[in-house]
Amino acid sequence: MDHMAEIRVTFFQECEEQLAALEAGLMTMEEGDTSSETVNAVFRAVHSVKGGAGAFQLTALVNFAHVFETALDMVRSGLLMPETDVMKLFLRAADVLSDLVAASREGNDIDPASHAGIADEFAALTGSGTDDAAEEFADVEFQPIVVAAGEPDAAAMQSFAIHFRPHSGLYAKANEPVALLRELGRLGQTVAQCDTSALPPLDEIDANESYLAWTLDLTTDQSEAAIREVFEFTDGDCDLSIQPVQPAGTENLDIAALLKRVREEVPGAMSTAVAEDSVKVPDITGPTAPAAKAPVKPPVPQPTIRVDLDRVDRLINLVGELVINQAMLAQRVYQSGHVKNSDVATSLEELEQLTREIQESVMAIRAQPVKPLFQRMSRIVREVAEATAKTVRLRTEGEATEIDKTVIELLADPLTHMIRNAVDHGLEKPEDRVAAGKPEEGVVRLSAAHRSGRVVIEVSDDGAGINRPRVLASAVAKGLVAPNAQLSETEIDNLLFLPGFSTASSVSNISGRGVGMDVVKRSIQALGGRITISSTPREGSTFSMSLPLTLAVLDGIVVSIANHTFVIPLTAIVETLRPEPSSVHSMGDGAYVMRVRDSFVPLIDVGVELGVRPPSDIPRSGVAVLVETENRNRSALLVDYIQDQRQVVIKSLETNYGPVKGIAAATILGDGRVAMILDVDALVSDRLTDGVTAEQHLAKAS
Amino acid sequence: MTMTILTVDDSRTMRTMLKLALAEAGFHVTQAEDGMHGLEVLKQDRPRVIVTDINMPRLDGFGFIEAVRKDHQYRAIPILVLTTENDGDKKMRARQAGATGWIVKPFDPVKLIAAIRRVAA
Repeated sequence: MDHMAEIRVTFFQECEEQLAALEAGLMTMEEGDTSSETVNAVFRAVHSVKGGAGAFQLTALVNFAHVFETALDMVRSGLLMPETDVMKLFLRAADVLSDLVAASREGNDIDPASHAGIADEFAALTGSGTDDAAEEFADVEFQPIVVAAGEPDAAAMQSFAIHFRPHSGLYAKANEPVALLRELGRLGQTVAQCDTSALPPLDEIDANESYLAWTLDLTTDQSEAAIREVFEFTDGDCDLSIQPVQPAGTENLDIAALLKRVREEVPGAMSTAVAEDSVKVPDITGPTAPAAKAPVKPPVPQPTIRVDLDRVDRLINLVGELVINQAMLAQRVYQSGHVKNSDVATSLEELEQLTREIQESVMAIRAQPVKPLFQRMSRIVREVAEATAKTVRLRTEGEATEIDKTVIELLADPLTHMIRNAVDHGLEKPEDRVAAGKPEEGVVRLSAAHRSGRVVIEVSDDGAGINRPRVLASAVAKGLVAPNAQLSETEIDNLLFLPGFSTASSVSNISGRGVGMDVVKRSIQALGGRITISSTPREGSTFSMSLPLTLAVLDGIVVSIANHTFVIPLTAIVETLRPEPSSVHSMGDGAYVMRVRDSFVPLIDVGVELGVRPPSDIPRSGVAVLVETENRNRSALLVDYIQDQRQVVIKSLETNYGPVKGIAAATILGDGRVAMILDVDALVSDRLTDGVTAEQHLAKAS
Repeated sequence: MTMTILTVDDSRTMRTMLKLALAEAGFHVTQAEDGMHGLEVLKQDRPRVIVTDINMPRLDGFGFIEAVRKDHQYRAIPILVLTTENDGDKKMRARQAGATGWIVKPFDPVKLIAAIRRVAA
């Protein structure tokens, strides 16, 4: 049973792959490529799901896969043209199949009504019933194994006379009379007689021909059907008769006569046989190997292995340590007086380069193409398009772009939401599109690309663009902005990201699920990403997300506060300023605000907040780092000075120590010291109030 | 003496199930993911019996069987076709290509092993 559970896991993993291949193949077909290669791949995907499902008695899945497969087979053999309607049905069927797989995996009951409609559509298309698959498999399951009991007096011994003359085709298919005779021997007592009368003289023997025949007497308690089963594979390749007979006397094979004949003929035939052999030998080992002869070689898929994620993560962690160690070593070497171009320094530089390469390679292990994620989106587009009665085409670009597995997983929800929005809010109704002189079919474009060390994912539509007056009016009505506020276009666009904002005058059941763009923005920022909007009236909108390639490293600025070193993530930083005495104002109770152009932002003395230094007078020295939280709250963080901007390896504080308020994670710097990475959100939104100070934590950590 | 069986199937689930059923019956199992791969594996470890799927990428079961039958070294190896297709058409094509016998998926391990023993010379 353990084995079965394991295979079950494999099966469902494989199903995911097959479903992805199915989706991809259908998309290719929809774009007009109905080459047999594409159609075959689609067929195979459904076929594999059916095959595996049969082994686990997932009847509903088998049945549906069967009707789907039947239709695909018709396309394959040219009986059904993959026209628009047919393709739409296939795409919906792929969704149903995916649902059935999911339900089967969870062990949920499947309501046949849920996909009865689509099964009927298939039946209408293929002109066949929907239940032959069940019969096909039921058949197999209940077929008796060899031990058929037969008639009431089955235990009684019965004799059969079997005449068996193989044709050459039997040998060509690698069937072997010896094996058949052996199998008959298992059924009971056999007496075999070989008929060698057709055997020509040895030098006339064609090795590919069949000359021997057998007559057997089989005494068995088995039925005739059991005997016929032995000959199942030879059907059509031999003359076979099986007659029940009364036990009869035995006859002996006239071996003596045969041997005598062989002795007489062998000397003459020997020379020919040897000569023939010497000709044949090079033929066998020569370049006739079928692989070499294979016509056009299809592209060979890259071999892959499956590795536990834990192992990869451990490797990534170790390489992170290596990077840190290398940096430490370099620093020590320079401190000990080695000059920049000494041999040691040169070697160190090479080491640094190697280390960086190893780090990149290891990170690449976790990277996966965005293709499966994008493929999931095509289903979302179809569903929303159907619900909103719009015709939509999803175009994807850069599906091969690779990004960290975790980032991909965490991207699914926000991306789903953005795609829903693009179809529901972005695209106009078909009649409005026609009125605006656009094609009825709207286009949603989903693209991914690498850009300067980050991945940029864009969702764009060719809809009406953001209706800025309505967005502004809605924000004013909700009290999110002052009625007389003068906002730039970009500022208006960004209002969409405010919590509790929704533009659709009637909340549709598609986008209005209580999830707003604010949640999308927060999810993207949690991934260390940024999201921006650009929109042109009547031409459409583009949401652009810029994401880090990995969550294992982070770009930040290294700052000093009271002789401690901290890192501020670059994604949160808007700009850095020098606080002028005239621009800082006390709000009493140790709270300060700072004037940034024409607005005031809270000025947070990070040192005081974290408890690494006592509160001082009005902060006038140092550098103010203007940050923006995920909720768009702006604050200025006061630090002593900025040391550097660099990429740091993220070390989880929670795993190695415990959660600390105001600190997101830690890193180890080149000099071997631990530096805390600030949790800007926590610092800005909920000021630290509890008694445990970060200094105590720092003391313990280092 | 351990008999080596080569299974050729593009489905990981099927490969796992075949391996399990055959290993339990005491066979030594080698596996390939499609016809092309099958022809390579065949050369590394000569099997006594081959069990192959029909629908596979790169080189399907028909092509694989034909290629094996064309090679003088391997043409006497019995080949069982394993497929969900229960229709005579596929069976006929497989036999024309040179298949020795067939087993219907989902397979019954008892029948599979019986079929292998039946064709193994």
